[in-house]
Amino acid sequence: MPTATYAGTEVTVNDEGFFTDPRQWAEDMAPQIACQEGLTELTDRHWQVIKFMRHEYEAKGTGPTVRVLGKTSGVPVKELYQLFPKGPAKIAAKIAGIPKPRGCI
Amino acid sequence: MVLGGGTGGTLVANRLRRMLDTASAEIVVVDSDEEHLYQPGLLFVPFGLTSPGSLARPRRDQFRPGVLFRRAAVDRVDLVTDQVWLNDGTSLAYDVLVVATGARLVPEETEGLTGPGWMQKVFTFYTRDGATALEAALSRFTGGRLVVGVVDMPIKCPVAPLEFCFLADWYFRRRKIRDRVELTFVTPLDGAFTKATCNRELSGLLEAKGVSVVTEFNTGDVDGQGGRLTSFDGREVPFDLAVMIPLHGGQAYVDRSPGLGDALGFVPTDERTLQSKAKPNVFVIGDAADIPASKAGSVAHFEGEVLARNIARYLAGEPLDAAFDGHTNCFIESGFGKALLIDFNYDTEPVTGRFPGRVGLPLLRESRLNHIGKLAFAWLYWHVLLPGRDIPAVRSEMPTTGKRPQAADGSPGPPAKREAR
Repeated sequence: MPTATYAGTEVTVNDEGFFTDPRQWAEDMAPQIACQEGLTELTDRHWQVIKFMRHEYEAKGTGPTVRVLGKTSGVPVKELYQLFPKGPAKIAAKIAGIPKPRGCI
Repeated sequence: MVLGGGTGGTLVANRLRRMLDTASAEIVVVDSDEEHLYQPGLLFVPFGLTSPGSLARPRRDQFRPGVLFRRAAVDRVDLVTDQVWLNDGTSLAYDVLVVATGARLVPEETEGLTGPGWMQKVFTFYTRDGATALEAALSRFTGGRLVVGVVDMPIKCPVAPLEFCFLADWYFRRRKIRDRVELTFVTPLDGAFTKATCNRELSGLLEAKGVSVVTEFNTGDVDGQGGRLTSFDGREVPFDLAVMIPLHGGQAYVDRSPGLGDALGFVPTDERTLQSKAKPNVFVIGDAADIPASKAGSVAHFEGEVLARNIARYLAGEPLDAAFDGHTNCFIESGFGKALLIDFNYDTEPVTGRFPGRVGLPLLRESRLNHIGKLAFAWLYWHVLLPGRDIPAVRSEMPTTGKRPQAADGSPGPPAKREAR
C-alpha cells in the first residue's frame, strides 16, 4: 500500500492518492493535499465543502457525487467547479481524506 | 400496498398473490395511469424498428386475479401512521408498503436542456414522445454532427446510450450517408461504461464503428439553438442533433414524504434484503431504490423472488433470510442484427463464456443469437416477467457455470470455478 506524508504524519493512500483510512486524516493536512491538486488557497467556501464531505462520509459511508453536493452542501454545482476545477466530488474527497466517491452503476 | 405498477411493482404483486392466500393478505397496486409501457422497446423507435403504439398494454391486465388496482396519484407517504395520502385528499392504510415507482426524468434540472431547440434539435429517446419525435428528426437528418450525451448517472439502462450509438451507425450506413455523419458519445464517466471488463469490449466496438468518445464531461448547459453542449469545467461539444439522456431522480412524492428518500428522491435500501432503511415495513424494488445495482428491468426481475420471500417472512414475523446478490443481465444491441450479452452481480464483473450454462448464449461477444435473444425478451417480458414467473434455467442468483472468471482488473482469474454466493 503506498503512503504519503502530510503535516509530518505518514498516512496510507491508494494508487490514485485517496486515503484508505479516513481516521488518519486531520484538518492541518488539507492545505498540503490541496496544493498537490493545484489549489494554492483553501477559502471558507472550500472548507464548507470539505467539512460537508467528511460529514456525509461519516453518516453514509461514501462521499456524495457532484450532483448531490450541489443539492445538499449549500454550494451550487457551478461554484463547486470554480472551487475545484478538476472535479469537485473527486478532488474534495481527496482533500477531505475520504475514499473516492463510489460511482453510480 | 404496492406503489407503482411498472415492471417491479407488477411482478412483485403477482408473486405475492401466488404466495399469500386471499384470506391472509389483500394486495393493492396504486398507479397514476392506466398504461404499462415496455420501456426496452423505446430504443428501437427512433430507427423505425418498432412502432411506438406496439409498446404499451393496459396496466390492469397485467395483474393476477386478486390483485386490486387503484388508479390514483400519490401525494405523500406518512411513515409514522403507515398511510399513503393520495392527491384527492383521501388516504390508504397499509401494513407493508412496497415502493416500486421507479425513476423519473428531470430534464429541467439541466440548464437549457428543455429551452429553445428542445424536441427540434435536442431530443431524448427515454420517453415515448421523445423517441417518436426523434424518429422523424433522424429521418430528416442528411448529415452533420450527432451527439449522444449522458448528463449524469444514475440512469435507467446504462447500456442504452451505447446501443443508440451502435444502432445509429447501422442506420446511417443503411441510408448510405454514414460518411456524412459524425457520431460522438459524451459521458460523465471516465470510460464508455461503468464496469471495467465491459468498458474495454464496448470501447473497442465504439472505435470500430467510428464513434468518438468524450469522457468526464459533466454537461452544465445545453444550447439547443446554437447547437452546443458546455461542461461545468468549460469544455464544449458542438452538435447539429443532440440525443440527451436527462438527469434521473425518484418520484416527486418521495421528496414530499419525510424520512423516505435521499437527496435525489431514491429510497435508501438494504442491498441484500431490499428492506428500506426508513422503516422495517417498507420495502423497495427496482429503479426507486438507491442500491448499487443497475436501474434495469432484469434487476427488478431478479429482485422479485427475494423481495416476495422477505415480505412473506416479514408478515409471518420471521427474520428476513432472502438476499439479493446484485444479479444484472443485459442484452446490448450492437447493430447489423447482432447483440452482446452481459451478466454480473455486486461482486463479479461481466465476464466471457456462456449464459446461463456451458451451452448457452455467448457472453460479452457480438452474436446473432444474442440479437434474437433480445427480440425474444419482449415476449418473455409480458408473459413470464410481469406475471412474476421464473425464466426457465435463469435464476435470481447469478450463475457461474459456463463462465470464464476474471478478476476485476481484467486479468485472468483463478482457474477453479467460483461459486455464486
